[in-house]
Amino acid sequence: MEKNVQIKESSKVPPLEGFREAYILHLADNVLILGQRNAEWCGHGPVLEQDIAITNISLDLIGQARNFYQYAAQLINEFQIPGSSKAPSPDGEGVGGEVTEDKLAYLRGEREFKNCLLVELPKGDWAQTILRQFFFSAYQYLLYSELINSKDSQVAAIAEKSLKEVTYHLRWSSEWVIRLGDGTDESRERMWNAIEKLWMYTGELFQSAPYELQSVKDGMGTDLSLLKNKWEEKVKEIFAEANLPYPEKRYQQLGGKEGKHTEHLGYILAEMQYMQRVYPNSEW
Amino acid sequence: MTATTAISVEKIKAILHEVMDPEVPVLSVIDLGIIRDIIIHDNETEIIITPTYSGCPAMDVISMNIRMTLLSHGFNSIKITTILSPAWTTDWMSEEGKQKLKEYGIAPPNPKQQVCHTDLFTRDEAIQCPHCNSYHTHRVSEFGSTACKALYQCDDCKEPFDYFKCH
Repeated sequence: MEKNVQIKESSKVPPLEGFREAYILHLADNVLILGQRNAEWCGHGPVLEQDIAITNISLDLIGQARNFYQYAAQLINEFQIPGSSKAPSPDGEGVGGEVTEDKLAYLRGEREFKNCLLVELPKGDWAQTILRQFFFSAYQYLLYSELINSKDSQVAAIAEKSLKEVTYHLRWSSEWVIRLGDGTDESRERMWNAIEKLWMYTGELFQSAPYELQSVKDGMGTDLSLLKNKWEEKVKEIFAEANLPYPEKRYQQLGGKEGKHTEHLGYILAEMQYMQRVYPNSEW
Repeated sequence: MTATTAISVEKIKAILHEVMDPEVPVLSVIDLGIIRDIIIHDNETEIIITPTYSGCPAMDVISMNIRMTLLSHGFNSIKITTILSPAWTTDWMSEEGKQKLKEYGIAPPNPKQQVCHTDLFTRDEAIQCPHCNSYHTHRVSEFGSTACKALYQCDDCKEPFDYFKCH
């Protein structure tokens, strides 16, 4: 217990922003990292049409991330008092001038990213990519369906814009879960393996971080615990159709929302941020 | 609105008919329905646009082309504002635009929204082949060459074609 407290205190994640900014960054990081992961399939998809499908989904997700980052940057800039020493990044990089969507994506360190662990895991095989997309789209569909009623009009607008896209992703990924789960011996085995790997990261989706709880109170966010049952129903429905076993209760790994990530995030950030770190402020 | 600003708005609309979607070069930004408003302020002209899809990579080029085209017509101070709500729908595409799409070889979106639901393995929409007008077609892929299109093939004339999907 004491040890836990100590870890929390020595954590290098500073409260750089208020809960509103943290909440929007969390929404942005989720879709940016998943978009990057899916984009790794570009040129490697199992067939051309599905290569195009998964990269189209990436494009939608990265577009959503841009909308959230732009809004977060706007709020952080408004929040900063001109002339104050408050810096947008704790390690000194990216400091200076206005915070922009690019700085938020390319110049924050691993501990500042607030995405769920599920989205940063390696893409694995096609079954793992499909199952992760399905888990996440089902969650996103429920989340955005609620966020369209957010008291924050810009969050509501981004959710409204994104929901149509997410609906398409959910349908596509559901069909693929059924196709693979109810397919050949090999595809079924791969889906079983994917469930084994991913299930322990699904609990975090519904475990609120402090900034999420505050956002609910504020009317900007939505109560995740209310989405959980609906999500489970959806997964059960699709798994039943796919002849896949619905997992028993088991240990759930948390931490990503508060900056405590798996080792995989560092690698994806290193690759994604390389150009901007080596050639600061480069544009094309 | 005074008579002069009304004239200006009409004039700008006419100019924007020249600004084409770089991915679908037969459609103007007016045909696409992404111009949501034109506001004449005292010292500047504001164009309100909305993206088709969140990640549409053509949006930056479109904004720049709007600016350049208006500049070349003597509008010096231009502000382009992007809004996300209400979300763009293919219902906003002009009839003229749909006709142009078809002539270009892309099946225009069906008038009714039939795609935005989560029901699985639904029957494919009846999409008319833009080449031979047959409805005897099938879907090859839900995703196509751009975010806004799906890939179909005609079972009569055998030609593959893009369908500008409902959104």
